Order: sequence, then structure tokens, then C-alpha cells
Amino acid sequence: MDSEFASRRRRELIIAFCLAAIAAVVPLFVKDVYVQNIMVLTLMWGALSQSWNILSGYCGQISLGHALYFGIGAYTTTLLFTKFGVLPWFGMLGGGVISGIIAMALGYPCFRLRGHYFVIATIVIAEIGLLLFHNWDWAGAALGIDIPVRGDSWLKFQFTRSKLPYFYFALGLACVAWFVTWWLEDSKWGYWWRAVKDNPEAAESLGVVVFNSKMGAAAVSAFLVAVGGSFYAQFVSYIDPESVMGFQFSLLMALPAVLGGIGTLWGPLLGAVILIPLTELTRSFIGGSGRGVDLIVYGGLIVAISLARPQGLVGLFAPKRKEAAR
Amino acid sequence: MTAETIIQSLASGLLMGLLYGLIAVGLALIFGLMDVVNFAHGEFLMIAMYATFFLFAFFAIDPLLAAPLVAAALFVFGAVVYLLIVRFAVRAKANAGMVQIFSTFGLAIVMRGVAQFFFTPDYRSVPHSWLGGKTISLGGIFLPQPQLVGAAVSIAAFGALYFFIHRTDFGRALEATREDAGAVALVGIDKNRVFALGWGLGAALVGLAGAIMSIFFYIYPDVGASFALIAYVTVALGGFGSVFGAFAGGIIVGLVEASTALILPPSLKSVGIYAVYLLVVFVRPRGLFGSM
Repeated sequence: MDSEFASRRRRELIIAFCLAAIAAVVPLFVKDVYVQNIMVLTLMWGALSQSWNILSGYCGQISLGHALYFGIGAYTTTLLFTKFGVLPWFGMLGGGVISGIIAMALGYPCFRLRGHYFVIATIVIAEIGLLLFHNWDWAGAALGIDIPVRGDSWLKFQFTRSKLPYFYFALGLACVAWFVTWWLEDSKWGYWWRAVKDNPEAAESLGVVVFNSKMGAAAVSAFLVAVGGSFYAQFVSYIDPESVMGFQFSLLMALPAVLGGIGTLWGPLLGAVILIPLTELTRSFIGGSGRGVDLIVYGGLIVAISLARPQGLVGLFAPKRKEAAR
Repeated sequence: MTAETIIQSLASGLLMGLLYGLIAVGLALIFGLMDVVNFAHGEFLMIAMYATFFLFAFFAIDPLLAAPLVAAALFVFGAVVYLLIVRFAVRAKANAGMVQIFSTFGLAIVMRGVAQFFFTPDYRSVPHSWLGGKTISLGGIFLPQPQLVGAAVSIAAFGALYFFIHRTDFGRALEATREDAGAVALVGIDKNRVFALGWGLGAALVGLAGAIMSIFFYIYPDVGASFALIAYVTVALGGFGSVFGAFAGGIIVGLVEASTALILPPSLKSVGIYAVYLLVVFVRPRGLFGSM
């Protein structure tokens, strides 16, 4: 039985490697900038959703406030770069660490809350963060910050001529988020989280330190999301509170996982691959006059999936493997 | 800051708080009935505001007269949402908590999209209603008439709701279903009908609030979002599911908001509300009046 499990894990790793390799060569053939842009966003949201899934999917603590960490990542990198000339790479790391620490500091009181009280606390905290940044003059307040263009370089993580470097970074991020999830799934943390999600009282009685395992999930999840936020700031080269910390980001992180399969290894990426191109395409085909159609499409999709396939779409692809994972 | 300004803002905070209570009570009612948080509650408010606006724009019906019509329309809408979506969401076997959250969240997104599509993202307002812009002076304190009437409607609605829950057959069925949905089936009460009526009633109450809000507030597709968050805080403060907790929660939220606006810049006034929510649930994880 053990060997079967090990071979399944190995197979997943191989599949992931092949998919990453295929994804890596796609932009060499697809030169259209618009399509490349969609690919970058798809990978980024896939990575973010994968990170969100660690806390909300595996550990079962549904957060609708992850925009806070996304925004902190974006702001840390941007402020360090524009105010002190610190390279975005350090900002990325710094933003991740700050977010991880904040996630644990907030988790300390919040993880005592159950169900809806917890969900609403996450929304409320992110909203406080948004309002504070709105009123923080040094950080550009409501006007936001323009990231000055200093020429193309990997060192400064700025590329004006080509989207390819962004694509490869986003691909790397998605791979890291996937790999971390894959690795954690079979670690003691992974088992703790699932125990905490299914039945916290029983987990506690079996010696799982429920509180600490939630804290661990929150820190990993927030760190990765903040790195994504740093990347996004560099990618769009302009940030303001609403465009990196707005509630819609919290939602957008959750939706791919919900669509693909919450608490599953492949769900978030699958969801992102379906959701992001669909949203972008409806937006550009229906155009300015039809604003709102993109919302109708993905809102409708979420309702349909939650009602018809609450376990997500991922099971359709590998029903047997999912069974074996239980 | 003079004593007068403080009294002035606390008085308007109290009025606003009573309205917050009315906005939130439908949410509390539905939660108490079936443990479901309607994450589209703000969008229910939004369509009620639009309905009032269009009744005014096309038929010159004043928002005060439109209020009962809007409430009736929302009653039907709420019941339909239950029958088409929520009824199935609560049956989910996998990921039950998640399905509940995201099915109503998805509905909220669709409703916002529909509003943007048909009504455009423009800000609208009801330009000259009977009460719009009028104030009344009570011992040197100026109170806006729309909010004053809104507060009166809120108190009346809570009174009617109290009577309804405790004195009518349907109210008793509602109470019984919320205590034990399985047992009521044995005495011949159709659970689905009670739930649908509960959703209708909850939506009608937020409809009433929306009609009054449209007198003095801009109407746009995203208007529900900020009020929804306030409504969740209100309901949570009162202890989820407690209808009269929502009443008290609303008053607290209104007063906290007004006092925050006295101390911090106006754009930060919501921070006070959110901070109070966090403080309360950290100390009492089930809200101020929550049991269990």
C-alpha cells in the first residue's frame, strides 16, 4: 500500500514537471502579447490560489482577506525600491517575511474564532489595512505609487520590451507554490491540517497542536501570496490601495481553488487555467459597452460549480487518484 | 469640539444605527433560521435601492410610498433565491461550509454584473423626494428627516417582527423550524416552505431599508458591498441569528461610527466599526448577545 502511495506521489511530480516543461516552451511559439499577458495572469492567479489553498483548503480556515498579504507584498517591494533604491528581489523576500509575521500575529487572536466569525474577521482586517493605506501619505495614500522605469534588467526586475521574463517568473512561482503544496501534503503538517479541518476536537485529543498548525499554514500561505503581490506590482508598475488590496483580490484568490477543487493539489491551477482566460476573453470580446458581463460569467460559474460539483472540477480528471488520496 | 457637536453626531449616529439594524436584521433572521450567511445581502440592498430609484424616475412614486412595493418585490426575490439556489446549497455533501459561502457569493457577483450591465456603473440619486435634504431642529440639534423617518420605520419594523414571531402561526413555525428542522417535519410543517418564507421576509426587510436609503444615498452597482460588511459586523456583534441582537448591534455600530468620525478623519470612520467587531469577537467569540 505504501509503495502504491509513493508511486502516486512520484507520478504527480513527473506530471507536474512535464506540464511545466510544456508551459515553458509555449511562449516561444505564441508571440502575441495579449495572449502572453493572459498566460502571465493565469500562472500568477494559479500560484496565488494555490497559496490560499494551503490555509483555506487544506487547513479549512476560509480566509477572504488574503488581499492584505498581496497588498503588503506589493507595497513592501515598491516602497523599498522607490524610497530607498532596494532591489525588488529583497523587497519580495522582505514582503513575504513581513506578511508571514503579520499572518501569525493576526492568527493569534483570530484562530480562536469559528466559522463565519472567522471569515468575517479576515474580511474586516483586510478592509482596515486597505483604509490605512488609503490614508498613509508617505505610501502615496489614495493616489498610489508609480514605479519609475529604470531600463530592462533582471536585477531591477523590470522589462519593458518583452513579457517573457514575467512569464518565466510567474511560471516559477506557480511551480514553487505547487511544489510546496505537494511537499506539505505528505508531511506531518499536511496530515495535521486535514485533521484540523475535518474535526478540530478529535485532532486536539489525538495530540495535534491545532493552534500551531493553523499558524504554520497561515505563515506559509501569507508568505507565498506576498511574493505574488510583489511580482504583480513589478508587472503592472503602478499600485494604489484599491488595485492591490481591494476585496476583489481576496475573492480572486479563492475562486480558482473553489472552481478546481478546494483542498486539492491540482484544483487551484486547473481553476485558474479555466477562469482567468475566460474572464479576460469575455472582457475583451464584449468590450467596454458590456461592462459587467465578465462578472456575470464568473459569478454564474461559481454558483453552478458550488451547487453541482462542490468537490471541484479536478475529480473529473482523475477520479481514481482522488479516491486513493483519502 | 463642543458638547453640541458631540451630541449632534451621536444623535445622527443613533439614527444611522437604527437603519443599520434594519439593514442587518434580514441577515440575522435567515442565519438564525438555517445557519446560512447570505453573502449577497448587500446586493439585495442594492437592487432595492435601484427599484426605488426606477419607481421614482418612471412613475414619480416617492420613495416613502415605494417602500412597501419594494419590500413586497424583495420578498418574492428572496423566496426565489432560496428555491433556486440556497435550497440546493444546503444539501451539499462535500465541503458544506464552503458551498454555502460561495454559492451566495457567486450570486452577489452575478447581481453586481447584471446591475453594471443594465444600469451602467453611473452614480444615481433620487433628486427631489418629500424628505430629501430636509432637516428638523430639536433643541438646537439638527437631524436629517430621511434618517429620522428611517429610524422610525426601523423601530416599527422590529416591533412588527416581534409581534409576528411571537404571536402568529407562521412566526411560531419559524421559531420551531429554527430550533429543530427535523422535528417540525413530523408535525406536518413543510420545512422548505418555512425557509422560503424566511428568506422572503429577510429580503423584504432589507428592501424596506433600501427604499429609505435611496432617499439620501447614491445608488450604484457596488453600493451593497460596504453596507454588507457593516451588516455582517452588526449581526455578529449581536450574536449570529439573534434578531434583536441585530437591533442592539445596529445601534452600537451607528454610535461607534459617529464617535470614530469625531476623532479620526472621516475616511477612516469604518475603522472604528471594524475594530469594535474584532475586539468583541476576540473577547466573546460568539458576539455580545450570542449564546452557546
